[in-house]
Amino acid sequence: MRRTGTFYIQLAFTLLVCAFLIVPVIMSIMAGVTVNYFYGIKSGVTLRWVFEVWDLYSETIYLSLLISLACLACTIVLGVPAAYVLARKQGRIARMVEELLTLPLAIPGLAIALALLISYGGFREFRMSWTFILVGHVLYTLPFMLRAVLAVLSSTDFRTLEEGAASLGANFWQRFFGIVIPNCRSGILAGSLMVVTLSMGEFNLTWMLHTPLTKTLPVGLADAYASMRLEIGSAYTVVFLIMIIPLLLALQFFGKPPKPRAAVAEEVGR
Amino acid sequence: MERREYPYLAVLGLPVLVVFTAFFLLPMARLVLVAGTGPKGVSAYLAILTTPRYFESLVATIVLSTLVTLATLSISTVAGLFLERNRFAGRGVLVSMLTFPLAFPGVVVGFMVIMLAGRQGLIGEISKFLTGGKLVFAYSMAGLFMGYVYFSIPRVILTVMAAAEKLDPALEEAARSLGASQWRVVCDVILPGLNPALIASGAICFATAMGAFGTAFTLATNIDVLPMTIYTEFTLRANIAMASALSIILGLITWVALNAARSFAGSSVAAAG
Repeated sequence: MRRTGTFYIQLAFTLLVCAFLIVPVIMSIMAGVTVNYFYGIKSGVTLRWVFEVWDLYSETIYLSLLISLACLACTIVLGVPAAYVLARKQGRIARMVEELLTLPLAIPGLAIALALLISYGGFREFRMSWTFILVGHVLYTLPFMLRAVLAVLSSTDFRTLEEGAASLGANFWQRFFGIVIPNCRSGILAGSLMVVTLSMGEFNLTWMLHTPLTKTLPVGLADAYASMRLEIGSAYTVVFLIMIIPLLLALQFFGKPPKPRAAVAEEVGR
Repeated sequence: MERREYPYLAVLGLPVLVVFTAFFLLPMARLVLVAGTGPKGVSAYLAILTTPRYFESLVATIVLSTLVTLATLSISTVAGLFLERNRFAGRGVLVSMLTFPLAFPGVVVGFMVIMLAGRQGLIGEISKFLTGGKLVFAYSMAGLFMGYVYFSIPRVILTVMAAAEKLDPALEEAARSLGASQWRVVCDVILPGLNPALIASGAICFATAMGAFGTAFTLATNIDVLPMTIYTEFTLRANIAMASALSIILGLITWVALNAARSFAGSSVAAAG
């Protein structure tokens, strides 16, 4: 193919956009391992800041891991059965329920957090524990699990499989755990990666719901950016990137939505 | 077996309904009530129009979000179309780099803006080298604009690429064979074909910029966008009724934007954190 002038103009533009996104990432990685950023990388390379981040903020990393895994468990237990029910029922009420369950995506986290604080802020034990943050994360990530599983269910003919099993004498629970769940594995996997990634990075809700004793990684980041020297903020960002990159790669690899078998599937699966 | 299984389906659906009602529907209803029962009563909802401070922050947020949406859509359409229609060495790397910041929370995006346009930022260094004056704009509306564009580009590029892949090349060839110039093909064939995807992702972009909080929080606490106003109202002034009213209005705006886009574009649309 002959490359025209427009090709190179577009390429230059795309490279510029790319630089806009990636250069600051590289800069913060470099700042995180520089002895003194003001004097630049020639002042020496060190892991001192990374260790300092570990001393100051390792709690936030553990808490974020704990919350995102607990959030994953909750969204699987709540979301997978809900997706199955919604896939079985096609009526108007089912669609309304689906709309409602995805409503937390359309409303800013700030509003949801305020609502939770007003309603449950008075329950001291609950308010002070990490489960208060967990509630917010579950509300926000549940739609993603629901959609991922629904998309798979509506692209497989699970009803026929179930009828086959029923004709062989399988009861409802045997069919649910033996046929339905194994058939939506790919959706559960894609949804899980999404839920963990989002929960690890959630800030809008978490900032309002956290207490000084329940700081998550993004809350710690905001704290470090505001009150620590640039090198520490950078090193902390690097730690966050290291934690999030495997999830992102896995998401690119496993997160592809299944190809719908019929055009109808796309309509139902949305 | 359909009807006989209703009790089982009810058992499966019950947990999510209980949790969702207890932690979302009831608290949201409470929020609406609290907003209407403050010292100002129901007129708290009108305060956003009558109190200059709130009204200015509302206008500023809407203007900012609109500009962010327009800028992101134009940048991502050019880059996304280019990446989808050309195959060259290194294309895969470019695509991964452009979608890499997808999982960055708002706070990290704010830090990236500081890296570029902050006091020790790259833009400041370059401008100092070129003109002698240090250009620092991270801690203002301009920095926030840059942050939101940064945040939205990866999402919109992915949508544009997916939509461009589905365009029918025959339409373009037909237009060309009828003598249309490249520019006319872009305006009359490609852009209308991308329209649903652009509307949908534009609405997400707008809604996210309206409600986002982390980036503004990292850059400066005195940028007057609506989420920051709500935060100040709640924490510093302890004006819970006003904060509730403002956040309900904010929620309504994002919800309306997303739904309007969905009825135009005909597919599911959702905001991201």
